[in-house]
This record gives sequence, C-alpha cells and structure tokens, in this order.
Amino acid sequence: MGKRSSGNNRRESIHRRGPAAAGMLILFSLLLAAVLGYAQIQERFPKPDFQTDYTRPDLSTPLPRAQVWEYVDIAVLIAALVLASYFAHRLRSRRKIFWLMVFSLVYFGFIRQGCVCAVGAVQNVAYALFNTGYAIPLSVIAFFVLPLVFTLFYGRTFCAAVCPLGAAQDAVILKPVRLSSTTAGLLGMLPVIYLGLAVLFAATGTGFIICRYDPFIGFFRFGASFAMVLFGAAVLLLGTVVARPYCRFLCPLGVLLDWMSRLSKKHVKITPDTCSNCRLCEESCPFGAIHKPNPSAQSPDKQTELRRLAVLLVLLPVIMFGAGWAGSRLYVPLARQHPTVALSEEILLENGGKRAVMTDATRAFRASGKTADELFEEAGRIQQRFRTGGWLLGGFIGIVFVFKLIGLTILRRRPEYEIDAGACFSCGRCFSFCPYEQLRLGTITQKELEEMEREGKNGSGAGGTSPMENNQNG
Amino acid sequence: MAGKPERAGINRRGFLKSSLNTLSGLLIGGIGGLLFSRSSKKEMVWQIDPEICIQCERCAANCVLAHSAVKCVHSFSMCGYCDLCSGYLEPGARSRDTGAENQLCPTGALKRTFIENPYFEYTIDEKLCIGCGKCVKGCAAFGNGSLCLQVRHDRCLNCNECSIARSCPSQAWKRVPADRPYILRGDESASFERRMKRGDHG
Repeated sequence: MGKRSSGNNRRESIHRRGPAAAGMLILFSLLLAAVLGYAQIQERFPKPDFQTDYTRPDLSTPLPRAQVWEYVDIAVLIAALVLASYFAHRLRSRRKIFWLMVFSLVYFGFIRQGCVCAVGAVQNVAYALFNTGYAIPLSVIAFFVLPLVFTLFYGRTFCAAVCPLGAAQDAVILKPVRLSSTTAGLLGMLPVIYLGLAVLFAATGTGFIICRYDPFIGFFRFGASFAMVLFGAAVLLLGTVVARPYCRFLCPLGVLLDWMSRLSKKHVKITPDTCSNCRLCEESCPFGAIHKPNPSAQSPDKQTELRRLAVLLVLLPVIMFGAGWAGSRLYVPLARQHPTVALSEEILLENGGKRAVMTDATRAFRASGKTADELFEEAGRIQQRFRTGGWLLGGFIGIVFVFKLIGLTILRRRPEYEIDAGACFSCGRCFSFCPYEQLRLGTITQKELEEMEREGKNGSGAGGTSPMENNQNG
Repeated sequence: MAGKPERAGINRRGFLKSSLNTLSGLLIGGIGGLLFSRSSKKEMVWQIDPEICIQCERCAANCVLAHSAVKCVHSFSMCGYCDLCSGYLEPGARSRDTGAENQLCPTGALKRTFIENPYFEYTIDEKLCIGCGKCVKGCAAFGNGSLCLQVRHDRCLNCNECSIARSCPSQAWKRVPADRPYILRGDESASFERRMKRGDHG
C-alpha cells in the first residue's frame, strides 16, 4: 500500500510531461531497480491519457470448474460404491463388476484425470488433522470416508470396481503367477512403510508423495515426466504376471482397506451355497487371496506354538521401540525433504561461505526480508516434528510387522476354501468357478453338479494331502 | 485361547471382530466429523501471488500439462502503454518495433499494437504464451509491473499437489477460494471483484 501511494505521488508530479520524460524516467528506474532489487512493483510511468476513443480491454478471468462438479464427483463415487457392492454381493456378477470398473477407469481416470482420489485423500486428511489452518474440501473428506465405510460393511468393493488405479492394473492381468505367502507377506510391508511415510510427510506439510509417485496419472493425462511414465509402464508390464502389483505391494490406502475388510460385516464368498471342497476355485484368484482348507491341521505342538506367540508378544514392545528409535534417528534426511529445512540448509551453506552462487530460492528468501534466524528457528521446529514423527513412524511399522508375524504363527483350522478378507478385492473372478454358482445360474443341473463333486472328491483323494502341502504357514 | 472349547473361540473371534468393526466405524466417523467441522464449503484452487513471484521460469516447465496452466496476464489499468516497453523489447534491442529479433517473448505471445502517439497497447496471446515470465520480469524491473503470471483456471487441473508449487523457489504458490481465483493488480483487482459479485465470469 505504501509503495503504491508513493508511486501515485510521483505520477502526479510528472503527469502530462509526455514521452520526453520517458528517457529520464528509465534511467531513474534503472537506478531505482538496482537499489531496490527486482520484484519491486512501482508505477513508474503514468497512466496514459488517451485522446482517441480507445478503451482499455478487460482482463478475462475464466473461473475454475463449477463447484457443482464436486458434488457430481461425490454422487458418482457413492453410486459406484453402491453398485459395486450390489454387483459383488447380490448379483455376484463378474461381468457387471468389470464394466463398472471400466466406467470408473474412464470417469475417475481419464475424465477427472485422477485428481479426485481416495488414495491421495489420506494425505489431505493427515495434513488437515495436524494443520488446523487448512480447510479441507468436502469432496476430499467424502473420498476418504466413503470407501473405508463401505469396506467396513461389504469388503474391498471399492478396489474391485471404483478405484481407477486398480482398474488400470486389473485390465492388464494376463498370466498371473502365484507368489509364496512369505514373499507376499514381506512385500506386504512396503505399503505400510509407504503409508507411514506419506502420513508423516503430509502431516508435517512437506509434500504429498502419494500424488508425486502415482504411477498412472501420467497415462490419465497423456503426459508426465519420463521417469514416471517409465514407472507406470513398468507397473503395468509387471501387472501382466503379478496381478495388481501396485494395489498389493504399494498402495497405502490398501493397508487401511485391508484392515477394514478383515472387520467387514459382510464379505463376498466364493460359493453362494456351501463349499464341497471341490478344488475348482483353487487357482481362480490371481491375487492369492483364497486360502486352501486344512481340515486336519492341528498345531504340531500346542506348547511350541504358545511359546512362539509369547516370544512375539514380548518382542512387540522391543521391536516397536527399536523401530521407533531408528525412525527418530532418520529425522535429518527426512526433514530435509521439507522445503523450509532444505532452504535453511542452503542459506547455512551460503552464510558459511561454502557456496558462492546463490540459487533462485535463496535469492528469493533474501529479498523477502525474513531474517536467517527466523528461518533457522522454523527449520528447527520442523526437525523436531520429524523427530517425534520418526518415533511414531518407526513404532507404527514395528507394530504392524510383529502383528504380521503373529498372523503367520497362529495356525487356524479351515474346514473349507476361504477368502482372505484382507487381501480379497471382491473382484468376483472366483464366483463362476464354483459349481454351486453354476447351479444357481442354471448352467448346470443338479445331476451334473453331483458328478462334478464326485470327480472333485476323487481328485482330491488322489492328490491326498495336497491342501496340506500348501498350507498358509509356509 | 488354548484351553477353551472351539465354540467359545469362534464366538470370541466374532465378538472381537464386530466390536473392532464398530470401533473403526466410530473412528472413521469421528475423523470425518472433525474434518467436516473444519472443512471449507468452497473449493480451493492454486494461484500465484505476484508480489512474491520471482519469475524464475519454472512455471513454464513444471506443470503436469504439456502446455503450462500458468500464463501471463496484463492489468491494463496499470500499464504505461510505453513505446519503450521493457516487458516487450529485448534489452539492447536495435529498434522499437515488432521485429522478432527485438522481442523478449520467446514465442511472440506478447502483441504490440499502436494506439496513438506515443502509446502502444500490449496484449497476450494465451495460445502462444508458455508462462515463462520473461516479460513479467522485464516489466517489473523497469516498468509499472502491469504484467504478472497467473494460473488460468480454464486450464488448471487443480492437482492435489501442484508440481509447479513444489518446485517454486520463492513459495509464491498458495491455495485461494475457487470463487476468488485470481490475485490481480491495479483496477483489475477491483473490477474483478465487482464482476464476481455480479456473477459475470467472462
């Protein structure tokens, strides 16, 4: 304001002296600019007094997408979630789920260009919880809450047919290989670490890494950096043999959906009726989410198992604190990702005379009038937040890791084929493999079913202990 | 869990599951409710604060769009309509005319039109503008500062994490309410407010 009024005063004094003054003025301005530094806005030249009937054009200010589209997005999300759950639970139709998935890929992916996203919303929520000044948009809350709530009721139908990232991968599954449960379990720690880091970086206001490393957004927008296009292509290529690699081994939201799905009130079942252990669905799941039955599985030694459990429970706080300590030790490199901390380190280098050339960032900072001490103080506060955050991050990863180990230790008796509710995307692929489903659809008769069952039983009889060989404790 | 009969185990598991289900539901509902109370009914969009912008040219290259959503805009009310325009002419240009060799703009997006002696009007052809801000820098250095870089909201995708904002060295990017999506200078700022109130979004 002060600047502007002084400009106005000068304007008054040189008013109407015409262009002859311009040369002088430019010289003066040159000096002024040199003294004040750049980015100082002055009204150095008077507004012209036009003699002709020239009128100044208006500046066009096109508005962003109308607000109503935000509600349209929420409505489409709700509709898609309802339909996905209805198709999976009531109609049990893979085909309908598939077409809904294609719709979501087109709408949330290619039309909305991936930027109204449940996976990314986790970060906005974390940021909003720790930064009260941030007014989180309504649509982001809806995209965070609704998929989780639906999963609490119906399992991960969101993953099956609503998430465009899942849809992109689901469409390229060609020849899925089955990963051993150890491999899958170990790789399953990646999303936990990713989630922890994403929440830490979002909560500290460092950045939204899930958005930054979204493998498919480049495809949705037909443009991204070369590295990200390469990453996306690699994920899709890998996805032809390892089904949905991003969903299973990277997706941070997948961790939350996994937990919610385990607790879900209802979850899809392979058979609409009863399971006769006919083994037909055994290889139908590309995601390895079908547990084989182990009817005769008795823990070899109850005592050993109990002891193992006790050891793990004792280890829980040890691992938790160990991982927390390790996480807190990482606060320096983690905090460096924050722009303020990065800037303060650059300023420190320059002030110490270790670097001669200023960067754009340090030049802008020095022109801003803030003192270096203020900056260092702020950077120190951020580092402290990262130290605390590192403890929480490490502790979180530690807890999840131990619980995964406990899950592997406890041998549960399964009389029939069962879905792993945490890993199942409710995609509906296994439905049609079940003879009872075929009976329900009327494609086979009761008699054919009985025949199939008899054959299946014989098969499993011949295979003998086949379900036992591959029990889930491997 | 060992000594108990199997039936009790199943019930306990079921009970645990359903109570955890309710707990999670309450937790999610609680978080949702808390955030809802803080939420903005207004959508927020990205914008550049021209007072902080240093015209580093990163806006031209770092947008996720092939052609950046950032363009130069001209507040005509602040413009001096100079013949010798430091936003239009290359420093040390041989002559003050529209020759390509004299233009500062790398794409020729800044157009110079004669109005009346000695005034020239400068307009921006948005199709050509790449948002590099060379002209803005020139105008700010020696002129009135009537040019500035702004996010054009007919183009911006409003990414969750704006990739230009992330690379901005002066932290000039901020989120503004979607119904006041520009930070303009001079009379344009006031007339923009008036237009918004009238509901005219041209």
